[in-house]
Amino acid sequence: MTWADRISPTVKSIPPSGIRRFFDIAAEMEDVISLGVGEPDFITPWHIRESCIHGLHLGYTSYTSNAGLLELREEIVRKIRTDFDGLTYNPRTEALVTVGVSEALDLAMRAILSPGDEVLIPEPCYVSYQACTLLAGGVPVPVATTMENNFQVTVKQLEEKLTSRTKVLLLGYPNNPTGAILPRQELIAIADFAKRNDLIVISDEIYSSLTYEGQHTCVASLPDMKDRTILLNGFSKSHAMTGWRIGYALGNPDFIGAMTKIHQLTMLCAPITAQLAALEALQNGDSSVQKMVAEYDTRRRFMFKGLREIGLTCFEPKGAFYIFPSIKETGLTSLQFAEELLKAERVALVPGDAFGACGEGFIRCSYAASLAKLTEALERIDRFMKTGLPRLVK
Amino acid sequence: MKKLLELLEKDYTQTPETLSKLLGRPAEEIAAQIRQLEAEKIIVKYHTIVNWEKAGEDVVSAIITVRITPQREVGFDAIAERIYRFPEVRNLFLLSGAFDLLVMVEGRTMKEVAHFVSTKLATIEGVISTTSHFVLKKYKEEGVIIEDREKDRRLVVTP
Repeated sequence: MTWADRISPTVKSIPPSGIRRFFDIAAEMEDVISLGVGEPDFITPWHIRESCIHGLHLGYTSYTSNAGLLELREEIVRKIRTDFDGLTYNPRTEALVTVGVSEALDLAMRAILSPGDEVLIPEPCYVSYQACTLLAGGVPVPVATTMENNFQVTVKQLEEKLTSRTKVLLLGYPNNPTGAILPRQELIAIADFAKRNDLIVISDEIYSSLTYEGQHTCVASLPDMKDRTILLNGFSKSHAMTGWRIGYALGNPDFIGAMTKIHQLTMLCAPITAQLAALEALQNGDSSVQKMVAEYDTRRRFMFKGLREIGLTCFEPKGAFYIFPSIKETGLTSLQFAEELLKAERVALVPGDAFGACGEGFIRCSYAASLAKLTEALERIDRFMKTGLPRLVK
Repeated sequence: MKKLLELLEKDYTQTPETLSKLLGRPAEEIAAQIRQLEAEKIIVKYHTIVNWEKAGEDVVSAIITVRITPQREVGFDAIAERIYRFPEVRNLFLLSGAFDLLVMVEGRTMKEVAHFVSTKLATIEGVISTTSHFVLKKYKEEGVIIEDREKDRRLVVTP
């Protein structure tokens, strides 16, 4: 028996990250323009960093309550109420501050799932949805979405995958990697589906601030959805705070209570430094967010137009900071395309199948990069399509 | 129009074609609008911020605060004009508070700047007093941090 044999079968069953291998190649190369980064290129606004430094000067270095600083929970609840049609939570019993949405998602899964419970996961999606389900003993059930339907999951697609063991519907809109959103009307239909089948909805709305056309609709704000939904959000994308690792979960007192129990025994609390920064972000960060959103929106249009001019079939993203063009016409797989592009032109992007099987035939380009870099990247991709690619497929 | 101006203020070297992609409007329309804005002096001038010290050129800057006696009918404007016509004067502002004008002057040596203040500026009729402050180090100019140590520290590929 080797050491490897002794690793838990559950952990072994999780496929290695598709991004990992690609990252190793890209990291070794020089002069790479990366469109492969799933985080803002902005540094956390200075007033937020400064506020954390001030907190350290004052000696804020201790644990906080398990659920997080009450003042922060109050601000979170206030923001949600303002942003989403008066959606109201009790900061004392219905809010939990977590170490990023990643932890919150893990807690939600562990708090809810029993072995064999099925989780409907529209794909393509963020890489940890499947893994968190498996680690919590659940069964991930991928629901493939299509570019033809703007990567929006439909009730029909969900119904096809529904069984007597389906317990959770996991939504991640605005979506990483496609940039798709779920408009209000479509979301209402999906909420009705969840109610009809008595499902719990876990909604990862980390990109909600980055919605470019129309307003983001929070699923918990729809009629009779609040108690059925665990709402996950955070500061990483909206306030460019990825490395701080700070997020939150909102839901009914039973769910939040159960999640807090796990959180208190495994994490204790989110770092106080990050909590202080998050507090400042909520109290004084709106104008910083608006500036960044305006900047992403400009780049979004630039990339959409640029990729189309190159000749790639492309869905117009409405949220997040990703664009997900199809490369099916090239005859290459996503991984081949990404590897050849990296080798030939030193542009790094992520093969679409890293986000689920139905992502095959697509590539994810992040436009969280300066306009100068995006311009250069588009020129390189154009050159690859015109000269590098024909040589390959010949 | 505001969006176009903001983009140009950040980087005026962007071509109408690039701006067209960013704003989703035809390039010809944008080129015409820029010409119009230039003609109306809404776009006053395109300016390059140079770190002269790094270029190995000696430049001495000073901030001079000036108290003046306003004149009948023209107020502060006539004296201000006599001052801002000097090419040595880089910026000139009328302020509220303990003094009236803030003059930013540049020269090649400290002596040159001092000479300008004592012979040209202080001797203008209506100038009551001047106080000179020589600039020791420029940290930020026109909204740009001169030696910015912030950089992209992200990994090449992340989910």
